[in-house]
Amino acid sequence: MSAENKQATTVAAAAAAEPAAATVNMANLRGGIEYASQWELMWARFKKHKVAYWSMMFVAFLYVVAVFAEFLSPFDPEDPSSRTVYQPPQMVKFDGFKPYVTKFKLTRDPETLKPTYVDSDEKTYLRFFVPGFEYKMLGLVPTNLHLFGPAEAGEKVFLFGSDRLGRDMFSRVIYGARFTLSMGLIGVILSTVLGIVLGGISGYYGGKIDWVIQRVVEFILSLPTIPIWLAMAAAMPRNWPPHLVYISVTVIISLIGWTHLARVVRGKFLAMRGEVFVIAAKLDGCSEGRVIFRHMLPSMASHVIAAVTLAIPSMILAETTLSFLGLGLQPPAISWGVLLKDAQKISVISAAPWLFLPGVATVLAVLAMNFFGDGLRDAADPYSH
Amino acid sequence: MNTANQTSDIILDVRNLRTYFGTGEKAVKAVDDISFKMMRGKTLCIVGESGSGKSVTARSILQIVDPPGKIQGGSMMYYGKDPKGVDLAQLHERGKEIRSIRGHEISMIFQEPMTSLSPIHTIGNQICETILLHQNVDMAEARTRAIELLRRVEIPNPQVAIDKYTFEYSGGMRQRAMIAMSLACNPKILIADEPTTALDVTTQAEILALIKELQTSYGMAVLFITHDMGVVAEIADEIGVMQNGKMLEFGSAEEIFYEAKHPYTLALIDSVRKLETSARAARGSRVTDKKLMEIRNVSKIYPARSNFMGKPNPPFKALDNVSLDVFEGENLGIVGESGSGKTTLGNCVIRVLSCSGGEVLFRMADGRIADLAKAGTHELRQVHREIRMVFQDPFASLNPRMTIGQIVGEPLLVAGTHTGEALRKRTEELLAMVGMPAGAMERYPHAFSGGQRQRIGIARALALSPRLIIADEATSALDVTLRSQVLDLLLDLQDTLNLSFILVSHDIGVIRYFCDRVAVMYKGQVVEHGPAEKICSNPDHPYTKALISAVPGTHPRDKRIVNRHRYDAAAAGIQLSGS
Repeated sequence: MSAENKQATTVAAAAAAEPAAATVNMANLRGGIEYASQWELMWARFKKHKVAYWSMMFVAFLYVVAVFAEFLSPFDPEDPSSRTVYQPPQMVKFDGFKPYVTKFKLTRDPETLKPTYVDSDEKTYLRFFVPGFEYKMLGLVPTNLHLFGPAEAGEKVFLFGSDRLGRDMFSRVIYGARFTLSMGLIGVILSTVLGIVLGGISGYYGGKIDWVIQRVVEFILSLPTIPIWLAMAAAMPRNWPPHLVYISVTVIISLIGWTHLARVVRGKFLAMRGEVFVIAAKLDGCSEGRVIFRHMLPSMASHVIAAVTLAIPSMILAETTLSFLGLGLQPPAISWGVLLKDAQKISVISAAPWLFLPGVATVLAVLAMNFFGDGLRDAADPYSH
Repeated sequence: MNTANQTSDIILDVRNLRTYFGTGEKAVKAVDDISFKMMRGKTLCIVGESGSGKSVTARSILQIVDPPGKIQGGSMMYYGKDPKGVDLAQLHERGKEIRSIRGHEISMIFQEPMTSLSPIHTIGNQICETILLHQNVDMAEARTRAIELLRRVEIPNPQVAIDKYTFEYSGGMRQRAMIAMSLACNPKILIADEPTTALDVTTQAEILALIKELQTSYGMAVLFITHDMGVVAEIADEIGVMQNGKMLEFGSAEEIFYEAKHPYTLALIDSVRKLETSARAARGSRVTDKKLMEIRNVSKIYPARSNFMGKPNPPFKALDNVSLDVFEGENLGIVGESGSGKTTLGNCVIRVLSCSGGEVLFRMADGRIADLAKAGTHELRQVHREIRMVFQDPFASLNPRMTIGQIVGEPLLVAGTHTGEALRKRTEELLAMVGMPAGAMERYPHAFSGGQRQRIGIARALALSPRLIIADEATSALDVTLRSQVLDLLLDLQDTLNLSFILVSHDIGVIRYFCDRVAVMYKGQVVEHGPAEKICSNPDHPYTKALISAVPGTHPRDKRIVNRHRYDAAAAGIQLSGS
């Protein structure tokens, strides 16, 4: 018996002896540890893992940003300006409580005509909740309100600098989060469905069907992924609208991504098929469906969720890679991969290193999701300690 | 006897030993202020239930307590070479002194020999290593000694056996090899931590007899850790009873067994002695002559599989033509060693496993006869309402994601007999029947102890008012004191609910206490069956005789194991078809 288990029993014994104690909030669990479901126990364990906990918060923050991209970005990401090409990022400073940025002045080298930006003394004041370009909040409510922006209409602020058409990188990174993160999520949902169904069949029934599915999995895993992506992406007609490209890229990525999940699910099913409580459920008269969905799946749900969380970052990386290579999403769609495509040339990187910021965003998102997934996996496994 | 003489007889004097896990207020006091003395050439048994601190005590002596455990105080004077004694508690746990004592003067054997022997070295190499480590001899000499040791622990053909690997040894042989290894340096003290718990009763008897014999010839002191009062009665000279890290009682075997003062010791002894009687006889069994189930020529054959060299192994007959009857109101016991096919029989009867041949005829409540060996899904589902199962492992058999209410109510919900408030009421009623409070319904299995979980498992089995319950080692995972409680619960339920039982067990005591009739299984066959009373006291078949005589008694004055009956299938000339 593990120490934790022992603790749980002693706590339970104490609570049984003294009914009042049962209502005491133990380990922040409603109603005490003996009433805690496996989910609540998992949550309690997860919260102890500080890095994973804060990573989860960060991931949640990223998705909130993706959902409210229009509200959070001060400018239309497609709004070009010839006067602000490759403008460097501006630092926010404070004048008392009023935030401002110093304006950059565009000068051109008289001989080479190369644009250079120099600091000026002029200030652009920032304000919260300013009107800007029109959009529909959550696709429903038409509004023009933005979280922040320059106090005077017509002014520009570039927190992350601007790109070769003078568009605001900050707004573009926020918009890119929407495509990239949702692609990870949708791709994972597709792979999860495929993985659970095929892995489940494979593990539960075993035998010939298991053999066939496992050989298919091995075949797909043996394929070199990048050439396959290349081939499939190349087969996509160039004139497809962005949303169709988006959907097909997601499908391509998840068609390959389901294999790992199928293996995890199969392994769990195989192990659980022989569990005594599953035999007991069969003897209770449960139908096959009930055995699987009521008894087996809930027991492995936490493991599957952990595996899924760990699969999202690989999806994000896959999208970024594809788009970077020019095979995934195409401009005018904005994703982190598409944005990074601008940073392919060494001359661009040396002149405008801030074009790498979408890469930083990708790294942070992937790291946070990996920590989050690791934490979930540790918490889901009761024998990890 | 003068005092000087008395002290020279003492080999280990433990005083106020305290071993805690963790520090400060939250420390778990695994060993809490215990004192005892060990005499040269005598056996001290420390007995207690799981979690009582007996193993930690043994490990403290050798300073091999797992972290964060730490010896916090007390002294352990060891009178080995130095007549003034060495305090083991003061030695550094990785120091030179303790290492020269550990494995050399004090050696230890563990419960599971498989995990304490290396799988990638031959048995001989492992024994030789111990010898070379502690004694100044060359390899050839060490090997000669190792062969001699294997011969001493009665391993047949030691010259050949020395070059075999751990996996080529059976459980009993492994434990013998472990003992040989621990004897390699003529230890003064042998610490044995539940060395026979994982073994069959006949193998246990042989290992106990071996330890006893070696002890006399080597003049060792033995510290024997066990939870089994029967084993204690067989081998102990002195006994210490532990509970919750405290030594409750300490005294000679006779004192403890016949004049115990502490209620816990009495309860321990009672719970073992109780299993030497039959509860069925005392309660007046209500066996009818109506046949409930007929098991006809049931076989379970695992087909031949070729090994990796392409050589086919013969098919394995787990069950070989087994025929048995169960009458209404009867408790049938199936007893045998591990691998005898008793669990397979239980699983075949309820169709968790399908039979390779034969019939399992069950008379349903409405008078129909169902053949479980051939029943289709629909018929099987109906039969499973009347035949239920209680499982061995109370931890694995309850779904950790479901509340107790959901677990117990599941068969009712699936059968569609109860829903909503009625389901809740029935579940409460079932829990009350097995002595669980209604408040348990909302809780999850992890909140309950092993005994309570087994009660929950029984409540689930009772849900659909079954007529036959198959209990597969239902009490084996429980502590002794809980064992008879659970058996009594089943018997009480039988009186009120008109049940029959098939109890599968390796424990003769449990069978004798609980059953009317017993079938003894050996290598897939029923070698003998008859009334429990007769089988357990005066069996006919030589195998049963060996089995019964290997069961440890409860009276230190009557050491049964030394006079046990040994069974050798080949020598007895028993014809076992298929073997």
